[in-house]
Amino acid sequence: MIERILPHPVLAAVLVVVWIMLVNALTPGSVVMGIIVATVVSKLTSIYWPERAKIGRPLLVAEYLGVVLYDIVVSSLQVAYLVLFRNPHTLRSQFITVPLDARTPEAIVALAGTITLTPGTLSVDVSEDMRSLSVHCLDVADPAAAIGDIKQRYEQRLMRILT
Amino acid sequence: MSVFSELLISALLLIGAAFMLVGSLGLARLADPLQRLHGPTKATTLGISAILVASMLYQYLGHGKLSFHEFLIVFFLFITAPISAHLLAKAYLHIRRVERD
Repeated sequence: MIERILPHPVLAAVLVVVWIMLVNALTPGSVVMGIIVATVVSKLTSIYWPERAKIGRPLLVAEYLGVVLYDIVVSSLQVAYLVLFRNPHTLRSQFITVPLDARTPEAIVALAGTITLTPGTLSVDVSEDMRSLSVHCLDVADPAAAIGDIKQRYEQRLMRILT
Repeated sequence: MSVFSELLISALLLIGAAFMLVGSLGLARLADPLQRLHGPTKATTLGISAILVASMLYQYLGHGKLSFHEFLIVFFLFITAPISAHLLAKAYLHIRRVERD
């Protein structure tokens, strides 16, 4: 029964929170309106989400967000340094191919997004069989180490969160 | 508003502006289109975030209002920045492939 009305309970909960933040006031009215909006939206968009992604372990999610946030700050400083003090033609820019162990589409999307936001890397494409990501690096000395870094730092954490 | 909070907000505004400047400089200075994508996706995102955090603090410390709009803007920026970068990179690769054939 609850599955019919709320196919994605986590998505609906996020929508309620987003609605309350949009209204910028925690009143009974905004909560009720948020619940109505969340129910209707998650019902209308449920055809685009045929499977239910399982998000487990809130502590791991928090740890992951912390790691990513820290890396975004570090990566911005690195990019700033490269832009300001290096001749762009001496940067060792190249493509690397990251083989994927993650199989769920949600985990791959999250990984690709993370790669784009973090140090010197930009995810460009996923292979057709979804087994590898093509990543562009701004300045990399050792491609193998960069691949290992991505897999260890992000992918393994994501695989534990999105199973 | 105390001097300390004014200093904090001004510092955040300056940091944010500096990062946005560097991101835009990267767009102009780097050599090829894929390199150029690195500037705006990272530095500019962080710059906007710093400015929005400053706005949030100003609302809270100056007027005692807790404002969540800035938080939402940052949240959506972080979700959408990789997608626009991904589309630009794909378009570039596609054009390059067509030109080579």
